[in-house]
Amino acid sequence: MADKITLEIARYSPEQDREPHFDSFEVPVHKEWVVLDALNHIKDNVDGTLTYRWSCRMGICGSCGMMVNGEPKLTCATFLSTYAKNGGKIRVEPLRYFPIVRDLVTELSDFLAKLVKVKPWLMPKNEPPLAQGEFLQTPEQVDRYKQFSMCINCTLCYAACPVTGLDPVFVGPAAIALAQRYNLDSRDQGEAERTAILAHPDGVWGCTFVGECTRVCPKHVDPAGAIQQYKIAAVLDWLKSLVTSRGQST
Amino acid sequence: MSEGTSKGAVSYTPFHPRWYRPRVSVYWWLGEWHYLKFILRELSSVAVAFFVIETLFMLSALHDGPEAYMHFQHSMRSPLLIALNLISFFFVVFHTITWFNLAPSAMPIRMAGKRVPDALIAAPSYVAWVVVSACVCWLVLR
Amino acid sequence: MLFSAGGVVAAMLIPVQLFLFFLAFPLGWLQGPSYDYLLSLVRNPLVRIYLFILCSLPLFHWAHRFRYTLYDGLKVKHLTGLIFALCYGGAVLGTVIAAYLLWTI
Repeated sequence: MADKITLEIARYSPEQDREPHFDSFEVPVHKEWVVLDALNHIKDNVDGTLTYRWSCRMGICGSCGMMVNGEPKLTCATFLSTYAKNGGKIRVEPLRYFPIVRDLVTELSDFLAKLVKVKPWLMPKNEPPLAQGEFLQTPEQVDRYKQFSMCINCTLCYAACPVTGLDPVFVGPAAIALAQRYNLDSRDQGEAERTAILAHPDGVWGCTFVGECTRVCPKHVDPAGAIQQYKIAAVLDWLKSLVTSRGQST
Repeated sequence: MSEGTSKGAVSYTPFHPRWYRPRVSVYWWLGEWHYLKFILRELSSVAVAFFVIETLFMLSALHDGPEAYMHFQHSMRSPLLIALNLISFFFVVFHTITWFNLAPSAMPIRMAGKRVPDALIAAPSYVAWVVVSACVCWLVLR
Repeated sequence: MLFSAGGVVAAMLIPVQLFLFFLAFPLGWLQGPSYDYLLSLVRNPLVRIYLFILCSLPLFHWAHRFRYTLYDGLKVKHLTGLIFALCYGGAVLGTVIAAYLLWTI
């Protein structure tokens, strides 16, 4: 294994640059180092102005998502040795399809707004009194939504989905998967309130099942599956509403 | 723009950094193999439409009589049409395989509390495909 | 919905139909049916319905899919009215032609 590797990192300073450019840094390769370690090494020893987000460094906070050689990845989970093997370079860029604030930091307020719009919280029909105790759920009931609850909001799926790039109004994989996580939760009865934003051309119907979101998700949430499942549920609801409304009119 | 008023009070525009908004190129789908595979999968629908148009021509020839049908069969032997049909055949089969493989993620099935693996849900579609194709062959080749 | 139905019909039936009628028979790999046999087959009411479904649903599948591929692939969402008319108009036209041919054959 080579003992040094070159990182080409996208830099953008709004006060000085019109558009991003690349700076090259040579970084020592340690067996256990990830790209985040390399970035920290550069910031500590070479260029303190390098700007990026990170926190837990163990794949649960969702802060350190970046494009590594054109692929959306969590930099705390991407080993340098994978790229050093072929004597390759590592190209680090901010996540695709988001506005860039500075260097590797993306502007997430649009994503957060979409997240709020889908109402990702429990909406029980009748809030039981505290004295009644906890909600009870069987393992099967948990299993129905568990996979979709694994989302860490890292937005790698948004960087992978071409629709979010082409159509910025598209609600997006993570938001829809999280909405579905609550729709499938037995404690929640708020499905009707989420319909307006989901069963909408900018909601699930904007998705063309490219499937990239599922492929890049570091927590195996399968947002593409969540979206297709909701599409079928929405169509069945629509058919049901046709039948019931006909019954009511006669 | 800050403006002074006669009373000396000043209003400021809050500072907003200039975010860089990258444009998505029209050639976005050529940039990555996964994207290209997606577009090819979607373009298989063109092969599907091509097949339907050919079939309509065939039905029209059948409708017009034995000479028209013979003329149609003759045109189908042209190298251009054979080539187009060969390409369409691959695209149509590509559609079938990708369709069957993607359907399970849209319809997760749970049995005895566990999720049935996708391959098991896709398998009956393939079996049905073979059976249906065999029936069509039997009917046409009799 | 038409998209899914068309997709299933296309997936199940088109490969074998295309292979037989537009590859195997023209290339002589298999002996094709005689004109009379084929005509009698097509005139059967069940076969007429089968052929109508085979010709109509996949066209609507194409219309939906191709429309979105144009939007995504060529970024022409602003031409949405024209594209909608061409795609679904084409599908409707094909369906009408199929209906006419299968009714009068």
